Amino acid sequence: MQDDRKDPIDSLLNTPLRVINVGLEGFARDLGQQGVGVVHVDWSPPAGGDPRLADLLSRLGA
Amino acid sequence: MMQKIEEANQEAFRRMLAGDPVLVDVVPAAQAIPGLKDNMILHAGPPIGWERMCGPMRGAVAGIIVFEGWAPDLAAAENLAATGAIVFHPNHHFDAVGPMTGMTTKSQPVMVIENRAFGNRAYCTINEGLGKVMRFGGNDAEVLARLRWIRDVLGPIMGAALRDIGGIPLKSLIARGLTMGDEMHQRNVACSALLLRALAPALARAAQEKKALADTLAFIGGNDQFFLNVAMAMGKAIMDPVCNIAGSSVVTAMSRNGTDFGIRVSGTGDAWFTAPVEMPEGLYFPGFTAADANPDIGDSTIVETIGLGGFAMAAAPAVAGFVGAGAASEAANFTKAMAEITVGENREWTIPALDYRGVPTGIDIRLVVETGLAPTINTGIAHKKPGVGQVGAGVVRAPMACFEKALVAFAKSVGVA
Repeated sequence: MQDDRKDPIDSLLNTPLRVINVGLEGFARDLGQQGVGVVHVDWSPPAGGDPRLADLLSRLGA
Repeated sequence: MMQKIEEANQEAFRRMLAGDPVLVDVVPAAQAIPGLKDNMILHAGPPIGWERMCGPMRGAVAGIIVFEGWAPDLAAAENLAATGAIVFHPNHHFDAVGPMTGMTTKSQPVMVIENRAFGNRAYCTINEGLGKVMRFGGNDAEVLARLRWIRDVLGPIMGAALRDIGGIPLKSLIARGLTMGDEMHQRNVACSALLLRALAPALARAAQEKKALADTLAFIGGNDQFFLNVAMAMGKAIMDPVCNIAGSSVVTAMSRNGTDFGIRVSGTGDAWFTAPVEMPEGLYFPGFTAADANPDIGDSTIVETIGLGGFAMAAAPAVAGFVGAGAASEAANFTKAMAEITVGENREWTIPALDYRGVPTGIDIRLVVETGLAPTINTGIAHKKPGVGQVGAGVVRAPMACFEKALVAFAKSVGVA
């Protein structure tokens, strides 16, 4: 019996891209200029990526 | 631990919302603040000495020394200050606040705000108007003459009028102002008018002569920022009962002296956490540019500390243009961003343009550091040289380093090192 489920990789490559961009807004802007559907999520690492402050924050419940 | 911090912050939030500030009087500063002596000047921001003061602060110090009669002229006044004969303290250490340079000395009249929910009082001098004024470092004969008139005429009439009517409750007045386009830092048109409307009949009863009444009405009515100093003292009166709640990471004061920006946090008591002030980005009056500007200065950030000013930008889209913060349609973005770093909303101070959401209230240092979103402040811009005055208005961010230092100290205070 033939498995008619599509390979996820095939689906990704053979259908229009829909992108969720997290972090650097420039990537979303570039994709948008090329007509790619993109939603940008404004995110940055906690405490700007400072591991000492991020550790404190995790212990302080932020 | 986490629950203890959340409970402490909810208590801080509760006290902020419970505050019942009323403008009750105007009296000489020495009467309101018994510790205020000869040769003593209260200034804006965290502690600073003459040697590190910026140009406008030095200009204002020299001017107020002459005003008080401690030196015959500006040159002698500067010499007096430089030789250590003047004692400097922050307004915040004496239940007071002051805009820009924030000069408070013994004979200046101060407005008295009573927080009737907690019984404490806070003080601020009377707003001098726009342009060349002492709060921006102005100190010439015109500036000093205006201060004398405020001391001898306006202050006593205002005090008598307020005592006559038993004070003016401010919470409801602010609520109305927010619906009329004020954010209470760079736009006070509505609240100034509402205040004058409430005060005018009593001013008429208090004035001994027609000219004094006419001058008083013209001075208040001609100054769109008259209410700013009321809002500041109100902010101080609301925030002081929020201090010293063990385990609370809520900011109780933000303030700048033109050199350093400082914050205080409820759970860490009286400690200041400081970093170099930043330069506002804004618009300049004709003839001036960013090259003329002094860095951020003043106690007026107490307004943002209670959820107004830059935090209430959505209520005042006209301000966004005035301070160079972008299109009016973008004003709401500032308020929405500040909601990410605050404990909750003030349901009594709502913004029509945000479908009556309350102003973001109770800055949590944990959220500031986590998100990297520093408080937005709407501010006037002073010329960097002493004696020139205001040159523009803009937006500035509180330095992130203040909040990072505060977070480390706060962690230690709750046993997390």
